[in-house]
Amino acid sequence: MSSAQGCSAVASASAIPHLAINRVGKVYPSPHGDVTALQDINLDISPGEFVSIVGPSGCGKSTLLKCVAGLEDITSGDIAVKGTPHDGPPAALGVVFQRDVLLDWRTILDNVLLQAEFLGLKRADYRPKAQQLLERFGLAGFEDRHPWELSGGMRQRASICRALLCEPELLLMDEPFGALDAMTRDDLNVELARIWQGTNKTVMFITHSIQEAVFLSDRVVLMSRSPGQIVDIIDIDLPRPRALAVRESAAFGEYTHRIRHHFAELGIVQE
Amino acid sequence: MINWFYNKMVHDTRARDVILVLLVTVVIWEAGVWFFQPPAILLPAPTDIWANFMSTPETFLRHMLYTLSTTAMAFAISVVLGVILSIGIVQSTLLERTIYTLLVALNSVPKVALAPLFVIWLGTGLEPKLAVAVMLAIFPIVIDTVLGLRSVDPDMINLARAGRASNFQVLYKIRLPNALPSLFAGMKVAISFALVGAIVGEFVAGGNGLGFLVLVAQGQFDTTRVFVSLVLLGLMGTVLFYMVDFAERLMLPWHVSQR
Repeated sequence: MSSAQGCSAVASASAIPHLAINRVGKVYPSPHGDVTALQDINLDISPGEFVSIVGPSGCGKSTLLKCVAGLEDITSGDIAVKGTPHDGPPAALGVVFQRDVLLDWRTILDNVLLQAEFLGLKRADYRPKAQQLLERFGLAGFEDRHPWELSGGMRQRASICRALLCEPELLLMDEPFGALDAMTRDDLNVELARIWQGTNKTVMFITHSIQEAVFLSDRVVLMSRSPGQIVDIIDIDLPRPRALAVRESAAFGEYTHRIRHHFAELGIVQE
Repeated sequence: MINWFYNKMVHDTRARDVILVLLVTVVIWEAGVWFFQPPAILLPAPTDIWANFMSTPETFLRHMLYTLSTTAMAFAISVVLGVILSIGIVQSTLLERTIYTLLVALNSVPKVALAPLFVIWLGTGLEPKLAVAVMLAIFPIVIDTVLGLRSVDPDMINLARAGRASNFQVLYKIRLPNALPSLFAGMKVAISFALVGAIVGEFVAGGNGLGFLVLVAQGQFDTTRVFVSLVLLGLMGTVLFYMVDFAERLMLPWHVSQR
C-alpha cells in the first residue's frame, strides 16, 4: 500500500480504496477437519462505491462481511480500511443484518439512538438527526411506537436508520431485505438506491438475489462455495438514478442473464 | 391514582376471575359441610373458620405480619443476591464453573431438610428462617436469570460490537433488559418458595409466625385454628404472587406475554 502511494505522484486520497481486502482466507477448525470458509479473497472497494456480493448460501459471503466488520478474525491475508490495516470493528461503520434486531423494550426513536449511545455520544445531539432519518424513511409519526407495533418492512427501515445515525462512511448490509416480501423488498430497494445516491457512502451489500444486486450496485461480485471464493466481478453500467422500470430494460436483462449463466456453469443454479 | 386502580379492576378480567374463583370455592365448601356434616375436627366450615379468626384477630395478624416480613426480606435478599450471582456467572467462566456448579449440586439436596442444621448454626431467631427461605427462593431466580442473560440474539451482540459498544453497555443496555422477563418468571416461583421457607423455619424453631401457630393448634387438635392459619397463608401467598405479577405487567409492557 505504501509503495503504491509512493510511486504515483498524482495518487490522491480517493485513489486509496476505502476497503482493501487482500488475499483473505478464513479456516474454521472442526472435529471433521478444517473447513475453508473463505479462500484467497481479493477485493478493493472505492470510496462511495456500491458493491454487492452474490452467491449461494454457504459461499461465505456473510462470513466475509463479518470479517470486514471486525466481528470475526481472518486466518490469512489482510483487510485495510482507508489504507490502515484494521483490527476489530472499523470506525465510522454502519451494519444492517437480515433480522432487524431492534430492542423490543425501546421505542423506534430510542432504538435508532442506540448507535449513538454505543459510541458514548450524547443522545440529545443526535435526536434531530434520528428524527430526520425516520422521516426520510417514511417512519415519521412512529417515533414513539415499539418495534412489535410495526410491520417487517418498517422495522427494517428503522434498523437502517440506526445504522445511518452516526454518519458512517462504510455501510455493511447482510441480506437486509432477505426476510421481506417481494413488494416491500422492491420498495426498500428503490429507497436505498435513492438514499445512497444523495450520500457518499461506501456500501458492501450481501444478497442472494441477482436482480437486487444488479439494480443497486456499481459492481457485483460473484462467489461460489466450498471453498468460498470470488469467481467473477461484473461492472454494472446502468444510468443512475435507477427506477424499478430499469429492470425491464434489455441491458438489465443481459446483466442478470450473464450472472445466472455464470452460476449455471458452476453448477450452482439450473438454467 | 384511585381512578386508575378502578379502571384496572373493571377492565382487568384476570383479577376479577381470581376473586370469582375463590368466592365460588368458599360457597361450595360451606354448602358441602352443611350438607355432609363432617366432624369439626376433620373439616370446619368457612363460617367457623371466620368466627375463630374474629375471636382473636390481633393474634393472627401479629403472627401473619411476622411471617410476611420474613418472606418479604428473604425474597428481597434472593432477588438482589440472585441477580448479582447471575451476572457474575454469565460474565465469568470461573464463576460459572464454581458457583453455578455448586448451586446446581446444592439444588438437588432437599433444602427443607437443612432447616434443623440452620437452627444449630444460627439459633432460633429470624436468621435461620431467613436462611431457609433464601436457600429455597434463590434457585429459580438464578436459573431463570442466567438463561435470560444468555438468550440474546447473537446478531444483537454483533451489532453492539460493530458499534464499538463496551462490555458494560452490552450488559446494561441489552442483556439485563433482555433478562427481565425471565427474572420475573423466576421471581414468581421464588415468592412462593420464600413463603414455604419461612414457614418451614417457623416449624423447626421459635415462637412466632403462622407456621408456629399451625404447630401449636395441631398439638391441641384445634383443627379450626389450623385452618385459620392455612387460609391466612393461602391469602398471603396469593396476594404476594399477584403483586409480583402486577409489577411485571407495569414494568414489561413491551413483552410478548403482556401484549
